[in-house]
Amino acid sequence: MTEPEPIGVFLVDDHALFRSGVRAELERAGSAAGAGRTVSVVGEAGSVREAVAGIGHLRPDVVLLDVHMPDGGGAEVLRKTHTDWPDVVFLALSVSDAAEDVIAVIRAGARGYVTKTISGHELVDAVRRVQTGDPVFSPRLAGFVLDAFAQRPGTGAVGDPELDLLTPRERDVLRLLARGYAYKEIGSELFISVKTVETHASSVLRKTQLSNRYELSRWASDRRLV
Amino acid sequence: MQRLQRVRSGRVVAGVAVGVAEHLGVPVLWVRAVFAALAGLGGAGVLAYGLLWAFLPEGPGSGQPPNPKDHQQALGLAALGVGLALASTALGTSWSSWITAPLGVALVGAAVVWREADETQRQRWRSGAGAVVFGGGRIAVLRVLAGAGLVVAGTAIFLLGQINLGQVQFGLLAVLATLVGVAVLTVPWWLRLMRALGEERRARIRTTERAEIAAHLHDSVLQTLALIQQQPDSSREVRRLARGQERQLRSWLYGPQGYGRTGRDAAAPPQLSEALSAAAGEVEDIYAVSVQAVVVGDCPADEAMSPLVQATREAIVNAAKHAGVSEISVYAEVEPAQVTVFVRDRGSGFDPDAVGDDRHGLADSIHGRMERNGGSVRLRTSPGEGTEVQLIMPRPKPGEDEPS
Repeated sequence: MTEPEPIGVFLVDDHALFRSGVRAELERAGSAAGAGRTVSVVGEAGSVREAVAGIGHLRPDVVLLDVHMPDGGGAEVLRKTHTDWPDVVFLALSVSDAAEDVIAVIRAGARGYVTKTISGHELVDAVRRVQTGDPVFSPRLAGFVLDAFAQRPGTGAVGDPELDLLTPRERDVLRLLARGYAYKEIGSELFISVKTVETHASSVLRKTQLSNRYELSRWASDRRLV
Repeated sequence: MQRLQRVRSGRVVAGVAVGVAEHLGVPVLWVRAVFAALAGLGGAGVLAYGLLWAFLPEGPGSGQPPNPKDHQQALGLAALGVGLALASTALGTSWSSWITAPLGVALVGAAVVWREADETQRQRWRSGAGAVVFGGGRIAVLRVLAGAGLVVAGTAIFLLGQINLGQVQFGLLAVLATLVGVAVLTVPWWLRLMRALGEERRARIRTTERAEIAAHLHDSVLQTLALIQQQPDSSREVRRLARGQERQLRSWLYGPQGYGRTGRDAAAPPQLSEALSAAAGEVEDIYAVSVQAVVVGDCPADEAMSPLVQATREAIVNAAKHAGVSEISVYAEVEPAQVTVFVRDRGSGFDPDAVGDDRHGLADSIHGRMERNGGSVRLRTSPGEGTEVQLIMPRPKPGEDEPS
């Protein structure tokens, strides 16, 4: 059996100290064999410009993207690279916790969002998951998305029900994600397979990215949840 | 640029002229000539020299020794000035005073503007001294012509008045015309002065702001970092300090009355999300665990919600004390009819039936409190499987959910 290639990760963060910390964590937790493909850091960037150049040059598998950076932040990096290299998967990593920033990066194309306080082991796990195409909903992101799709008095009209509403099942999955459940635990809780949980999560992510619902944009601009 | 001062090196009388020349960046000869010329106007130059001598501080100057030629020239000019002053007083002051007074006023005004301007402003003025008066296209030319015309008219009328035995109205008119002329001529100077003052005010506001941020960071972050350095071996303590500091900084930056918010009502009633975050934070501080709180929707943290907040806090405390894990998830969802809170850990779990009767935390603080207030509790746990406490509290007036 041949050793699978390690997942190439590219770090984008304007704090060098944080980059070196993540790099150390990833290499410590990501080189352990057995759990899945190993993870190796192939490059890093401290600014939007460096990131765009580096991603184009190195073609990493996964980009860990800081939400808050000078010159437009993670969303700007996504706008400049996502169409050119659709195979590169982006995972937002931030201390921000401000809903509008997180939602903006997700809508720009990131496949997930985790907070910077995540442990090295969980981070490696999240990298593996996004690399295989699964979205990564940290509890906080699940909460933001639930909030964004909430039906409340004063909410704008639903334009396209296919995109603008969550199905009851998707809502259940999101609630459990917000409660800190892992995919496997959600599966056994709802009596569905892990694969189905992943499908629901992907569909929620797609709706978050594509829905033009009035609420999503308005909510994102005038609300800051901490 | 050299400060305005009297200099010791290179001086002939008291060093005033050299000091002024160094300050303005012009040849000292010009300054001396101006003093001499002014001395001819009723001795104004002598007076000005004397005043500057009295009021300017003495300084070392740029250190160039006087060369003999300069020295001779200076003495000559000084003598000339004194002579002119004597001559003008001998001839009577009537013809020179009307020049001296407005000229003196204009010079004092210019000096005031000069002193108010800052360094870069002066640099600009000096390099573009011509442009100040003559630059700026047709409008500026018109302005200069109008100003000059008014000055000339004022002077002429005044002279006329002198000849016609000095009528008071003529005199007033002349002074007025001269003043208006001077004002028109110096409009750009005043505009720039005002702009400079506005910039200075903005800079001061920025400085205050920066000082406030620095003070806050000093009081909070630096203190915490110092504490962390003192106990690097206790990872539990370090984590507790770091979490506490993070929470404090976050609420300072993004909180409802936080620094990063604008236009928020500072007196707004606390929201449920804040109350839950505060409860989670307290437990984090006391038990050195990390509590991840996610709140969907929000409502005022009023009387009806306070049992829920307290029960939630108790549930988090239980998890922190007994579960044996360092991470606890709290999820709250506000719906029109009810508020649901989940407190979950992946810790050791327990057998609810095996809990001794002497343990009141769950029974009294959570069950009792919730049920007394119309809420309910669901518990899901078993040994090794972690614990999840579900708290449900109906909302008093269903349907009155604020749009958020």
